[in-house]
Amino acid sequence: MTGLLINNLNLTLGGTQILKDVSAAVNPGEMVGMIGPNGAGKSCFLKSVLGLNKPSSGRVTLKGQDLATMSLKERARWLAYAAQGAPLHWPLTVERLVALGRIPHLGPWQNLQPEDHGAIERALTITDCLHLKERTATTLSGGERARVLLARTLASGAAYILADEPVASLDPFHQLQVMDILKAHATAGGAVLVVLHDLGLAARTCDRLILLHEGQVIDQGPPAQILSDKNLSCFFGVSVSRWQENGESFLAPHAIHNGQSHL
Amino acid sequence: MNNILSYSLFILALIAAGLISLSFGRVSLGGADIWAGLTAPADDPISMILFELRLPRVILGMLVGATLGLAGAALQGVLRNPLADPGIIGVSASAALGAVIAIHLGLAATWAFSVPLFAMSGALLATLILLLVTTRDSSVLMLILVGIGISSLATALISLVMNLSANPMTIRDMVMWMLGSLENRTMNDLWMAGPFILIGWAMMIGTGQGLNALSVGEEVAQTMGINLKWLKLRIIIGAALSVGAAVSICGAIGFIGLVVPHIVRALISREPGAILIPSALMGALLLTFADILTRLPVAGSPLRLGVVTALVGAPCFLYIIFHTRREMR
Repeated sequence: MTGLLINNLNLTLGGTQILKDVSAAVNPGEMVGMIGPNGAGKSCFLKSVLGLNKPSSGRVTLKGQDLATMSLKERARWLAYAAQGAPLHWPLTVERLVALGRIPHLGPWQNLQPEDHGAIERALTITDCLHLKERTATTLSGGERARVLLARTLASGAAYILADEPVASLDPFHQLQVMDILKAHATAGGAVLVVLHDLGLAARTCDRLILLHEGQVIDQGPPAQILSDKNLSCFFGVSVSRWQENGESFLAPHAIHNGQSHL
Repeated sequence: MNNILSYSLFILALIAAGLISLSFGRVSLGGADIWAGLTAPADDPISMILFELRLPRVILGMLVGATLGLAGAALQGVLRNPLADPGIIGVSASAALGAVIAIHLGLAATWAFSVPLFAMSGALLATLILLLVTTRDSSVLMLILVGIGISSLATALISLVMNLSANPMTIRDMVMWMLGSLENRTMNDLWMAGPFILIGWAMMIGTGQGLNALSVGEEVAQTMGINLKWLKLRIIIGAALSVGAAVSICGAIGFIGLVVPHIVRALISREPGAILIPSALMGALLLTFADILTRLPVAGSPLRLGVVTALVGAPCFLYIIFHTRREMR
């Protein structure tokens, strides 16, 4: 009853069943990765948990309370969303953009309070964006922008962060930086559910993985179990090379054509 | 810029613009005349000019300008489109259609209130259609497309009415009405349009937080606790009521709603929620000045308000776009 529990979620969009009886749990202190080939329903799953998609059946509970019974703002104080390639429609300064994260804590007419400024400052510090504070967010580089948007998510103070491919289109250094920030959030007692395409990154950073395929949970458990040769060839169509270095395990995929690996 | 400072500057500028507007006209009034007129008994000629002719004009001008500025800022925010203006939802054209019909039927000559009343009805009808569509599908694209559809239909019907008008004087009346004016407006116009304008403002003015959240897209805004559907409804109904009422009083005034949010963004803040009230104040200020310009003696015939706002607004718009193009991508 402690964490975020998802029970038998079914989602149908435009006549197509996207999610079939998906159940999962995310507990405080955990970094859970969601993997699966394109079109498996990973993003739709995150959106269903967040209430952006209306599931046809199933329940999402937080600490035992049904999310559907919470007010929008209350829900927003618990769950924060880092969207994939989130747009930015106005040239706000970085500080004001990160300050948007505090909206769930403010009344309709309320200005930022001292504790809000504290949370914004902390989020900027954690994401190494303090020096960007005065910059216009639309002029940032891809890596800076990803960090700033993550800072917006962290500033909300929400314990549960749902991130949809937060490292897409980032260079390796910034990928690792973003994953480190998310990992630190989980280590500090928060919880992270992150959709990832990079299986190597998923293996190294997540405590647990959920493998989704055609809207169904195939398997969930520790990375070593989920990223088995069988799962990878069955559901991703790849074979992998694995190696260990400094106590970390790495893997690199190869494509399989007609049962044979090339490359 | 500091909030209190900028609001004080706005208020001072508005008072100054109001006083200048009160003193301008066929009879020029100095500061002493205005003071004397304000304190004199009701049958005093200066007092009559002030209260019967000029004051309604100043107040209506400020209300209409504030409405256009506020609605422009709110619509640009909710549609996340810097090119949106109050005309985009089709309410202005529908109000104009109502007015043109009233003029065509000859009602304007017999009953002065028929024009604003018909215009208001046109605006409300357009609002109803907008609501029917947007409660089912409230995507930005749908809103803009339906708005353009309503606008085109109303414009087509205006052309039809003009086409059917046998009397060239009637057509002239229609064209003049559509060019916009605050001339010869009375307190009765104010009592008729005022309530709709105020309800519209009340609905739009509290949407700042939601509009700020929308800067990062609809989905993320919803996960920040913003009720998107409610936000859109408030702005659409608010803009439709207040803009419809404004157009019914003084005709379609272009460019204020489009340009004012850009000026405020350049001067005060680029946050869509923070520019709502400043845009209202700036709109009131600009429209008051535009109305003063219409009273300058140019080429014999008085200028129409919509002509002045477009003539001043369009170059301003180009200038601002040129200077902010990099940030707007």
